[in-house]
Amino acid sequence: MDKIVVDKLDLFYGDQQALNKICLTMKEKSVTALIGPSGCGKSTFLRTLNRMQDLTPSVKISGKITIDGQDIYAPGTDVVLLRKKVGMVFQNPNPFPKSVFENIAYGPRIHGESDKKRLNEIVETSLKDAALWNEVKDRLHESALGLSGGQQQRLCIARLLAVGPEILLMDEPTSALDPISTMKIEELIAELKDKYSIMIVTHNMHQASRVSDRTAFFLSGDLIEEDVTSILFTRPAKKKTEDYISGRFG
Amino acid sequence: MKAHQSDRLASALLWVGASAIVMLLVAFLVLILGRGLPHLTVEFFNGPDGVRGQLFNSFYILFLSLVFSLPVGLGAGIYMAEYAPKNKLTDLIRLSTESLASVPSIVFGLFGMILFVNMLGLGFTILGGAATLALLNLPILVRVTEESLLAVPRSYREASLALGATMWQTLRKVILPTALPGLITGITLVAGRALGETAILIFTAGMNVSRIPFDVNPLAAGETLAVHLFAVKSNPLPGTNADQIADGTAALLIIMVIVFNICLTIPSRWLQHRHQGKNKA
Repeated sequence: MDKIVVDKLDLFYGDQQALNKICLTMKEKSVTALIGPSGCGKSTFLRTLNRMQDLTPSVKISGKITIDGQDIYAPGTDVVLLRKKVGMVFQNPNPFPKSVFENIAYGPRIHGESDKKRLNEIVETSLKDAALWNEVKDRLHESALGLSGGQQQRLCIARLLAVGPEILLMDEPTSALDPISTMKIEELIAELKDKYSIMIVTHNMHQASRVSDRTAFFLSGDLIEEDVTSILFTRPAKKKTEDYISGRFG
Repeated sequence: MKAHQSDRLASALLWVGASAIVMLLVAFLVLILGRGLPHLTVEFFNGPDGVRGQLFNSFYILFLSLVFSLPVGLGAGIYMAEYAPKNKLTDLIRLSTESLASVPSIVFGLFGMILFVNMLGLGFTILGGAATLALLNLPILVRVTEESLLAVPRSYREASLALGATMWQTLRKVILPTALPGLITGITLVAGRALGETAILIFTAGMNVSRIPFDVNPLAAGETLAVHLFAVKSNPLPGTNADQIADGTAALLIIMVIVFNICLTIPSRWLQHRHQGKNKA
């Protein structure tokens, strides 16, 4: 089933066009990787899907994005509900300066959960789902800022899982991490895709080929090509894709 | 000069600077407290020339001025940092705030006198004094609030909004708690200024004390400790121990400011600790 359908999406920063007639479809419970050189628009595109782009002044968007058949830019769309359903992991781990427990409980609390017992359960399952429980179960009430970078990123994923999203957007989630932490996040993505639809921006082509079912190649605001990952990396249809994945530029 | 020599020289110079500050503070405390503390007797507070009324007025005026200025100052600062669009108007507001913050306090005093004492016909009152003090402190509060909020990393806002929080939830649960130490510093700063301010209060709250002890009537005249110090020193009444009263008052003022800062800092540390969890990295 199609989870996300993007149709002729244009995006302008002021007068400058950053995305050009993007058309892309993503199936439920799959992983799509967005690759391309810096500044190609892949992160910009990702941020249109949970409307985080609304926070940037002077952004103009046209075209249509539907998630589960609903136009997310239609007037009257509840952005709070959208972002609850479409969660985001950022490039740099950004836990709040609160305890581990409070970081995870934050999302459920703002969405109205106040039952202490229920919150304890949510914190535990979210941390287990993010493969972090064993490392932090004895320090739930210590500051999250004392965790390592990789642990912080998994904490951010746990924080996101706690609000019960269906789609996870990941914006270069491992670019600030060491190889071991990166491996752990990639293993986590492989587990999460049974339950969630995941879109991941990465500048690491090996990562794209390791974690994703499909890959989309962006260049200068255009979506050049989108295909099954193994096909895109071995038999690209477009010359530009071939040049990029064989390292001729970018 | 070799790199490590200049390094050593720089360290030495910086050390001298830092110790000079500490020595200055010690000398200051020893001198003021040394001269003043012996005069701080029951008589000093409750006697015929006692400063009980002034002490009460100092805190009463401080309290009222904070009641007036905190909601407006914090509100405006939060608006400027979080909600205001970036345009000519907000630039103008920022410029006005900065200009107001550098206006000499005696000019504010004159303004307060024209507005509250004369035009509104209140005469010298605690109310007029507190309101004028609030005006003096408002621009600083706005600036400090805005700066403290802007110092909170953008990534915290993004994280919160991306989880589906509203702007207001983000502000209340993430930004304000993180900015709290900065806000407390700002409040301590303006409170210190309010406790020590004389020029404004001479013009607006007057140099008299109510005969009723602990008079909470805001329309009474209200001389504060700082004004009292100025008054007894500049125009000593015959038959009083003006110098002793002045020394005692100065010591009392210092103690007040220290106690006030401690009273504000300790709960804020505690709140901070509770908010951030143990073992902050």
